[in-house]
Amino acid sequence: MLVSRLSAVRTQMIKHLVKAPLTSAPKTGNFSGHYGYIFHNPKHQTYSSTTAHEEGDKKVEEISVTFVDKDEMEKHIKIPVGMSILEAAHENDIELEGACEGSCACSTCHVIVRDMEYYNKLEDPTDEENDMLDLAFGLTETSRLGCQMVAKPELDGICLELPSATRNFAVDRYAKAT
Amino acid sequence: MANFQAGTWLFRTFSTVASQPLRVCVVGSGPAGFYTAEKMLKAHQEAEVDIIDRLPTPFGLVRSGVAPDHPETKIVVNQFMRVAQHERCSFFGNVTLGSSVTLLELRELYDVVVLAYGAESDRVLGIPGEDLSGVYAAREFVWWYNGHPNCRYLNPDLKSSDTAIILGQGNVALDAARILLRPTTELATTDIASHALAALEDSSIRKVYLVGRRGPVQAACTAKELREILGIKDLHVHIKETDLLTTPADEEEMKNNRIRKRVYELLSKAAMTRPSHPSSDARELHFVFFRKPNKFLESDERSGHVSGVRLEKTKLIGIRPGERTAAGTGQFEELGCGIVLKSIGYKSVPVDGLPFDHRKGVVPNVRGCVLSDTSGDPTLLEKGLYVCGWLKRGPTGIIATNLYCAEETVASISEDIKLGRLTSSSNSGREGLLQLLDNRNVRVIPFRDWEKIDSEERRLGNLRNKPREKLATLEELQKVATD
Ligand SMILES: Cc1cc2nc3c(=O)[nH]c(=O)nc-3n(C[C@H](O)[C@H](O)[C@H](O)COP(=O)(O)OP(=O)(O)OC[C@H]3O[C@@H](n4cnc5c(N)ncnc54)[C@H](O)[C@@H]3O)c2cc1C
Ligand SMILES: NC(=O)c1ccc[n+]([C@@H]2O[C@H](COP(=O)([O-])OP(=O)(O)OC[C@H]3O[C@@H](n4cnc5c(N)ncnc54)[C@H](OP(=O)(O)O)[C@@H]3O)[C@@H](O)[C@H]2O)c1
Ligand code: FES
Repeated sequence: MLVSRLSAVRTQMIKHLVKAPLTSAPKTGNFSGHYGYIFHNPKHQTYSSTTAHEEGDKKVEEISVTFVDKDEMEKHIKIPVGMSILEAAHENDIELEGACEGSCACSTCHVIVRDMEYYNKLEDPTDEENDMLDLAFGLTETSRLGCQMVAKPELDGICLELPSATRNFAVDRYAKAT
Repeated sequence: MANFQAGTWLFRTFSTVASQPLRVCVVGSGPAGFYTAEKMLKAHQEAEVDIIDRLPTPFGLVRSGVAPDHPETKIVVNQFMRVAQHERCSFFGNVTLGSSVTLLELRELYDVVVLAYGAESDRVLGIPGEDLSGVYAAREFVWWYNGHPNCRYLNPDLKSSDTAIILGQGNVALDAARILLRPTTELATTDIASHALAALEDSSIRKVYLVGRRGPVQAACTAKELREILGIKDLHVHIKETDLLTTPADEEEMKNNRIRKRVYELLSKAAMTRPSHPSSDARELHFVFFRKPNKFLESDERSGHVSGVRLEKTKLIGIRPGERTAAGTGQFEELGCGIVLKSIGYKSVPVDGLPFDHRKGVVPNVRGCVLSDTSGDPTLLEKGLYVCGWLKRGPTGIIATNLYCAEETVASISEDIKLGRLTSSSNSGREGLLQLLDNRNVRVIPFRDWEKIDSEERRLGNLRNKPREKLATLEELQKVATD
């Protein structure tokens, strides 16, 4: 897989933060600490084509992704293989929330994969992702968390929908009649 | 309210005059308040948004509710901070709606008032003994360990017995149980309040009972929180296997609700798992299902203090398709303890001049527009007054729920602006408010003063290997803010 070293490291770091067992040593963190750093540090240069040259056997190093926003407007972007969908959305000014900045702790980066065929190409969600998907607003059969989805060649051409509140926010889904 | 109806000729509507600033006041700086502010600033270039909060500190329950061992959940404040620093946004802490300023005054000062002040009281059980000492609302306990100034001196009794009973099985109950059971060495590196850490280090609580009036299929918690507590080191989890037997109605409920199914599966798995090597210092977590509290028992030795809870066994009865409630069976049992936390839900409190639905504990509204009474008549609207968050929907939902809730409220405001339903008078907004507060000697804490508190807390935390050391009294907070 053609992933430049830095981006691989970054993805790893995100994964590490995300997948750290919930019950091991407590996660220390602070309001604008290192998580924020990982996310907001723009590193476009990371995805230069030089690595393709050095390691070059694969052709696809960027994939095309279409986002459909709340007003049904489509936006087409290119995402380097190895980058998370959330990060790519933010670098391209797509209004995908990411309240916990990719720590798998908020569910605001929820996206809906439009095509079941593409959905099936994704690895199964981990327990932690499923725990957050449980709480995602307007969950569907093909929902995933943008921060847990990493661009890979098979996903070239995927179409992702951003769930809209105004479309379906009528009652709090969690409100129970007691 | 004469101001809102009389002399329309004086007012101009916003749809026609865009250069006129739209003066917006958001009351409450929790997720609902900040998401509302963010969306208003984005949707309306002419909007100036002031957020007021009764505390010197912003962020509501993200600071004083979210558990200290959930730092990743608090990352959302980065986003809120960017909102507060927006050039058209201001934060004024230490300003209480109802005492520093009245609702009527705010409505006269601002074109739009959005109430997002949460739910800062508790549901009550209404059973004998509820006011014995040693019986606390989970809200108070949470405020205490999170350093909320209102509960700095709660000093919950963690020493007189080894057992705590928590009533309710929602996520707040699980948070409280986890804080009581988790090794304090693990809490020591979180932003837990230091007074709470010291008390927990000294605590003799080894056993926690989580009591639910319904069954494991109806437990109100979510899988994430449950998975976390089940994974605590050296914790023995007790669940009666007979409680796990399901009925066709349970199966139906799980089929229709992904969360219920996953929670039930986790509980079943935990019931089957036996501890591999029992250690002497092991702590115990008991899930008690199908029991509702009937009476708090008073201690013989310590008068006025709780010594246990009498529970009534329940069975589930259907009230509507897909909805079952717990009914008492007339069989009772007693459970001893030294402390009880009631975690049966929060409740909002009204302020003067605000329509309020006392039964539901929310402000009557349609999509965030405040209604004049609880009759449900959608035409009786309070012009320019809106609501968001727990005050609008009741005390349920995660942080993200408030994002969608704010989207809805802001859409309602935008519609009112578009249809010319909002009128602008000579409202003086921010200047007027600050003048009024100054006249009343209210010491307003603007965002830059909160930033002083923030950096002092981080500095203190740094000395103790914690992300922050919260200042937990109003005096300390105000002192650092003014220095
Ligand atoms: C113990 C606990 C833990 C939680 N943990 C999580 C979690 O881990 N993850 C998650 O997603 N959700 C969690 N939640 C849910 C989440 O915190 C709420 O959904 C959310 O905070 C509600 O937002 P709000 O803005 O309506 O209210 P709040 O967050 O309560 O904000 C209300 C604000 O209004 C202020 N205020 C109150 N009265 C006045 C007044 N009269 N004048 C001026 N200001 C006033 C308060 O000081 C406060 O800042 C938790 C909730 C609780 C209770
Ligand atoms: N990590 C997180 O994501 C997190 C953490 C904390 C809180 N939160 C959210 O914050 C919200 C509030 O949490 P919460 O735990 O306060 O509320 P909750 O989820 O509504 O749970 C309330 C609990 O109290 C019980 N109860 C209510 N009235 C009762 C009565 N009269 N007698 C006995 N039991 C009674 C309920 O039982 P019944 O089901 O039978 O009514 C339920 O078990 C929730 O939406 C929660 O998800 C989220
Ligand atoms: S950004 Fe929070 S879960 Fe993905």
